[in-house]
Amino acid sequence: MKYIDEFRNRELAQGLIKKIVERSTRPVKLMEVCGTHTVNIFRYGIKELLPETVTLLSGPGCPVCVTPNETIDKAIALSREKDVILVTFGDMMDVPGSSSSLAKEKSQGADIRVVYSVQDALKIATENPKKKTVFLAIGFETTSPTVAVSLIEAEELGLRNYFILQGHKLIPPAMKALVEDENLALDGFICPGHVSTIIGQRPYQFLATQYKLPCVISGFEPLDILQSIYMLINQIEQDRAEVKIQYKRSVKEEGNPLALQKLYRAFQVSDSNWRGLGLIPGSGLKLRNEFKNFDVEEKFPIEVGEVKENPDCICGSILKGIKTPLDCPLFRKVCRPENPIGPCMVSSEGSCAAYYKFRQ
Amino acid sequence: MEDNILLAHGSGGKLSHQLIKDLFLPQYDNPVLAKLDDAAKLRLTGDCLAYTTDSYVVNPLFFKGGDIGRLAVCGTVNDLAMTGAKPLYLTASFIIEEGLPLAALKKILISMKQASEEAEVEVVAGDTKVVEKGAADKLFITTSGIGVIEKGLNIAGANAKAGDRVILSGDIAEHGVAILVEREGMELDVEIKSDVAPLNHLVAQMLKVSRKIRCLRDPTRGGLATTLNELATQSEVGIRIEEDKLSIKEGVRGVCEILGLDPLYVGNEGKLVAVVDPEDSQSVLEKMRQHPYGTGAQIIGEVVEKPTGRVFMKTSIGGSRIVDMLAGEQLPRIC
Amino acid sequence: MCLAAPARITKIEGERGWVEVGGVVREANLQLLPEAKVRDYVLLHAGFAIQKLDEEEAEKTLRILREIAEIGN
Repeated sequence: MKYIDEFRNRELAQGLIKKIVERSTRPVKLMEVCGTHTVNIFRYGIKELLPETVTLLSGPGCPVCVTPNETIDKAIALSREKDVILVTFGDMMDVPGSSSSLAKEKSQGADIRVVYSVQDALKIATENPKKKTVFLAIGFETTSPTVAVSLIEAEELGLRNYFILQGHKLIPPAMKALVEDENLALDGFICPGHVSTIIGQRPYQFLATQYKLPCVISGFEPLDILQSIYMLINQIEQDRAEVKIQYKRSVKEEGNPLALQKLYRAFQVSDSNWRGLGLIPGSGLKLRNEFKNFDVEEKFPIEVGEVKENPDCICGSILKGIKTPLDCPLFRKVCRPENPIGPCMVSSEGSCAAYYKFRQ
Repeated sequence: MEDNILLAHGSGGKLSHQLIKDLFLPQYDNPVLAKLDDAAKLRLTGDCLAYTTDSYVVNPLFFKGGDIGRLAVCGTVNDLAMTGAKPLYLTASFIIEEGLPLAALKKILISMKQASEEAEVEVVAGDTKVVEKGAADKLFITTSGIGVIEKGLNIAGANAKAGDRVILSGDIAEHGVAILVEREGMELDVEIKSDVAPLNHLVAQMLKVSRKIRCLRDPTRGGLATTLNELATQSEVGIRIEEDKLSIKEGVRGVCEILGLDPLYVGNEGKLVAVVDPEDSQSVLEKMRQHPYGTGAQIIGEVVEKPTGRVFMKTSIGGSRIVDMLAGEQLPRIC
Repeated sequence: MCLAAPARITKIEGERGWVEVGGVVREANLQLLPEAKVRDYVLLHAGFAIQKLDEEEAEKTLRILREIAEIGN
């Protein structure tokens, strides 16, 4: 398949690895922020092909993993209402809240529907005028513009039974929070390619300028990831810190301005609570006043009980890249994909799930 | 005759008899069933009997490449064949939701008949129940099967030994993807159809050239990854496979890319995995390739001593990773 | 975090497009990429075309990759 197969070439991969080995003299810690990178690094067995000098850390770029329990609990509470159809991406179904999950609620009879696109949620709302359709809106800048489009459309249609439960987050502020954490010494970022198709190159600039951290916006095929690692090592070896785009076939410097325009027509920046990272200023989105009617929390206050998290779960430190799943007392023993305790085990691209699935 | 199944079709009265006589019997015309006694009387000879049962619930009932009827016959035939047995007789039990169109039921029965003819098995007993609307989803079928195993044949999941080769009979992930395509209403430029097929004749051909086939298994639900893990666990061995040796049709890959599914975990209904002594692996492979259901057969890897219960894969770029069992259900995802 | 597949546009009707990946056709919302044309390759994420793929840049990347890896064409 075009744009896929040519970037999975073994010969080129082996050649690149050889060059990385030759080029890398000092130990470096690179963080891949995005969960899809994490998964592909494991899926292709990239870590073990790299020299010992290169350490890859997995960052907080999995929207499922960073969604706090409170949001899940709210979604569960909503799904228990008789007149609510809760609509979500498949990713969220198995995430444990304080005492249940959407999958469990569904088996108890809640009307919860898995969709592939937010457009399907809009359709469900149109087809079920007597019910409230609530879309659990999670995702980063790649996904939030699509939700914005659905809201703009709902506004034009005068749809009054379509709502969202807001869980969107923004990536660059989280990266800022990470580099300001003293426990975490990083040498460079593998920046998320698909977020960057929307936001472009500029939002990462502060990392290079203020924090002297090299950044490479990377594609997701194994050759993309290897080339990005090579580009980062090159910068580090030359003591440079710049934002470079490896994923040029998809990422333009300016991103997708129209998508950003739609995004900020419906939403505005707000502070947001990240699982494991806590409250990060300016890292979330909330609906603008003109769109407040679509905010389910605004319209119908949701009561949730005490929000509980397992005290032994170290997903927070794992999301920061300070610890690995192997440091967790629950990993493999109690916390497994079929019985996940923390979100990093639930999400197919969470670090714990990736470690469990792909590594011994 | 009515157009749809009514509760009265399950009453045991006149309509029930009419349903059996008009719809079921014409499809399964064999002397054992035709007696309509309470049980089938079978004459079996062999060293050992293989006996299995499985229920089939699939939504939608009809999909590209097959339907629930073909699935119900092939699934049970294959379970028998994977023990090395020659499948002989099936029974079939139908739980029908009131309102199912008779035309759909007839189509499914004809498809079962064709599949059983292809597999050369006879349906010798059956049962139908009709339940109220909502108490079942259109149609559930349970089939049980009996087969005979030749003397001296010992094929089991626990038999794999270090050094054995792992053979896969063809392209993976077709059944699961075909069902998803139907469910999601995806349009296609290419043909994607379920691989549902009876594998007993393929197995019979393989057994002609080798007595050193140690394990056979059909990678159905949970896909190839799950089956290999089962074999590694049961045999207390490790298994190493190569990603480059796995073959996946373009359209199937396309669906997996779009929906974010890993084809290793998607179900098959017409493929088998064979673990074979290295000495015989080439002859078994060649024999498989001569059979229509084994043309795409490949040696995909080998059995190793350690680590036990683990499956490893050499990736397309030369790395190595664990292939774990499927946990939970694969759902279309965005991340 | 964000799965997106390279897909080729086969048909456009207003804001609705149809794209193809490996022969599989899928409807794609074009509201975030109105400039997309039939035969363009786009990134498909959660039912939306989010960005156009640039063939020249892809070729360039592959060329650079071959240079780094010191492998001829």
